[in-house]
Amino acid sequence: MTRYSAWAVFKNGLSGQKDWTRQWRDPEPKKSYDVIIVGAGLHGLATAYYLAKNHGVRNIAVLEKGWLGGGNAGRNTTIVRSNYMMPGNRQFYEHSLQLWENLSHDLNYNVMFSQRHHVSLLHSPAARDAAARRYNTMRLTGSDGELWDLPTLKAEIPHLNYENARFPIIGAAVQKRAGNARHDAVAWGYARGADGFGVDIIQNCEVTGVTRENGKISSLQTSRGVIGANKVGFAVAGNTSRLWQMAGLGRLPIETHKLQAFVSEPLKPLLDHVVVFGVGGAHFYISQSDKGGMVFGGDLDWYKSYAQRGNLPIVQDVAECATSIMPCLGRVRLLRHWSGVMDMSMDGSAFICKTPLENLYLNGGWNYGGFKASPASGWYFADLIANDRPDPVISNLDLDRFRRGVCIDERGAGPDPKLHG
Amino acid sequence: MIRINCPFCGERDHSEFGYGGDASIEYPPLDAPMEDWHDAIYLRENIRGMQAETWHHVNGCRMWLVVERDTMTHEIKSVRPAHAGNAAVLANSAPGDKS
Repeated sequence: MTRYSAWAVFKNGLSGQKDWTRQWRDPEPKKSYDVIIVGAGLHGLATAYYLAKNHGVRNIAVLEKGWLGGGNAGRNTTIVRSNYMMPGNRQFYEHSLQLWENLSHDLNYNVMFSQRHHVSLLHSPAARDAAARRYNTMRLTGSDGELWDLPTLKAEIPHLNYENARFPIIGAAVQKRAGNARHDAVAWGYARGADGFGVDIIQNCEVTGVTRENGKISSLQTSRGVIGANKVGFAVAGNTSRLWQMAGLGRLPIETHKLQAFVSEPLKPLLDHVVVFGVGGAHFYISQSDKGGMVFGGDLDWYKSYAQRGNLPIVQDVAECATSIMPCLGRVRLLRHWSGVMDMSMDGSAFICKTPLENLYLNGGWNYGGFKASPASGWYFADLIANDRPDPVISNLDLDRFRRGVCIDERGAGPDPKLHG
Repeated sequence: MIRINCPFCGERDHSEFGYGGDASIEYPPLDAPMEDWHDAIYLRENIRGMQAETWHHVNGCRMWLVVERDTMTHEIKSVRPAHAGNAAVLANSAPGDKS
């Protein structure tokens, strides 16, 4: 693996850029592996990377039915933040943000992580009080957060709708260390890093069956043959239930819903921050990509679906939100929109846990928030697989938490998956 | 846009409806063991394919419906009233009478 550096750029410039090596191999699957991760998305690739780097496991395969990073890794709005308040989530997402802060150096790959501030608009004294509680909790637990009054917000982001808004803006809750990153680069960086440790990333390899023996998984049937495994990790959020049932394990506290995201035609620099608008049933978040496109999204499509295509009423909802909060976007043309399918869980929080099968581990239930979580998700999932016990930080991210009366419900929305957006 | 053929109002855009969820869930008796309630509240089959689900015609007749819909293709196979009483009313009304 070529280590990327200014020197490497210079040297390859002298030889006409012909000597760069592949970023990762395209290996044939071996007969068996110590660990098989199903799903080469951000979570699966990060898991393989940290299994190799932190725990010295080398004989790993990551199986992917399509191409790596082609699922939800490429279908999100790339927002990274840690403004979670519930015990467990708080430590987990803060750790994730800390991993993001050093990710480009760690991977020797520029993931274009940009700490451009996450600005949640506030529209009522009650919302400000709730934000004060949440952001004070963050400050007391090793993170950053602050409240902006209206003059501060106007100075930072002058072109929001301060004049005629249906819900007047009174300020904002801000996490300055939050921001966004380049989604493909994260997938590629983790893939290249894992491959550098000898991990086999096997694309176009769909798992079609699970063979069980004595309460364990002995092998996986795939579109590229049978592959044996000592340990198996599922990291296929969106399709977790399908693999779960393939393994004969029945039902899960998960429903699959789809979420759309949008990008406009490229504009000159307009918005330096990630801005979030949520009041009275509206839900909207927007940032500007480095190419200039306005990247934004809103609510779920509201009904269960595995189809990776969005419906039109949500396009209208989101467009209305966009123009209500940034009227200057009224004449901007939409370039494209896409939809990802996601595991919506019963309390809006994820699962990184052991399963009823001795050597099967589950990573799923990421709801809206999988992108920002991916470094810590891989970190703790790798730790779980390597040591066969959950780290205290993820001890409540198991499937049995509802039986214990533990709901990690940041929104207080109750056990209805579609409400946890 | 999904079009749902409401038995009371005729074919309407899905944006007139509120989504309920998996219609196969049956809540146990109030004094049932906690485990039964856990399973009914929290566990889902999460079918990829044809599933029965409840929709509420909230901006129409306000009736709850059971819709058989494919969660992959969004094709709708059948729509019927969710409650037996409503189905009986519909069965007794004259053909074409949607009042």
